[in-house]
Amino acid sequence: MSVDKTKIAEQFIGAIPHSQALGMELTEIGEGTAEISMPYDRRFIGDPETGVIHGGAVSALMDTCCGAAAMSHPKNPGTTATIDLRIDYMRPATPGQTIRTRAECYHITRSVAFVRARAMDDDDSRPVATATGTFTVEAK
Amino acid sequence: MTRPRPEPVQVVKQRRDAALNALIQGVPYIQFLGIEFDRRGDELTAVMPFQDRLIGNPLLPALHGGATAAFLEVTAIIGLSWAMLWDRIESGALDPDELAKGNLPRLPKTIDFTVDYLRSGLPRDAYARAHVARSGRRYASVKVEAWQDNRARPFAQASGHFLMPRANDG
Repeated sequence: MSVDKTKIAEQFIGAIPHSQALGMELTEIGEGTAEISMPYDRRFIGDPETGVIHGGAVSALMDTCCGAAAMSHPKNPGTTATIDLRIDYMRPATPGQTIRTRAECYHITRSVAFVRARAMDDDDSRPVATATGTFTVEAK
Repeated sequence: MTRPRPEPVQVVKQRRDAALNALIQGVPYIQFLGIEFDRRGDELTAVMPFQDRLIGNPLLPALHGGATAAFLEVTAIIGLSWAMLWDRIESGALDPDELAKGNLPRLPKTIDFTVDYLRSGLPRDAYARAHVARSGRRYASVKVEAWQDNRARPFAQASGHFLMPRANDG
């Protein structure tokens, strides 16, 4: 990462109170791509019997990562907001493991950024969830 | 033929509220977001009181899309679970004391969830209601709508599919 991008990465989560509250960490930012991880935290449990993280926390992680990818695209001059986001839950995330997401803005117009993302735990071969979403492209 | 005497209203309310509380209190993430449920008969309204840590864009400020998505998903799962368990709560087949101890029945699992963001979420309390469009033996389809100051101006809506617990899962 260039100095500029590293700085953006460091500041990105710090500027978003909800992402900070969920302990998210931006680990990589490219030109229309982003990687964010969220360490396991018992406060985010959705199923107390198994200790599996709530789908809502995974949604928040996906939304943040997709938004970061949309914002980092060279053709996106400003901030962004989610228009819609669909999440498919393939399997429960393994309790105790960090969830990592990677998002890619695969197409962008003057008004809309199209983004997809994958969430993984320690087992890279089987995704925990996938997401597809559209985000606004704000005029400067 | 005489009708059996209806139960005293306090007994009915106590049983329903105990069951609802057990469903909600047991889930750490619902507590983390501070979501509460207002019950009128079998109708539930989810309430997410505003807190700073729900903010996504501090400049506007606006609720984080992820917080909104999570609020809608919690509302959908609790609404669906509530509809699924209602008959067993009413008949007394589900013991609220057992529920309170954490012996919860298996709950539906999210298969997919799609959120439409209609306008930005203001730094205010948010409300949501779920509508179970279909609840079958294996799958259910649920719609949710969330609003803030005006019921007629929703700020987000969602629809999702859920895998129902198998009957022999308890």
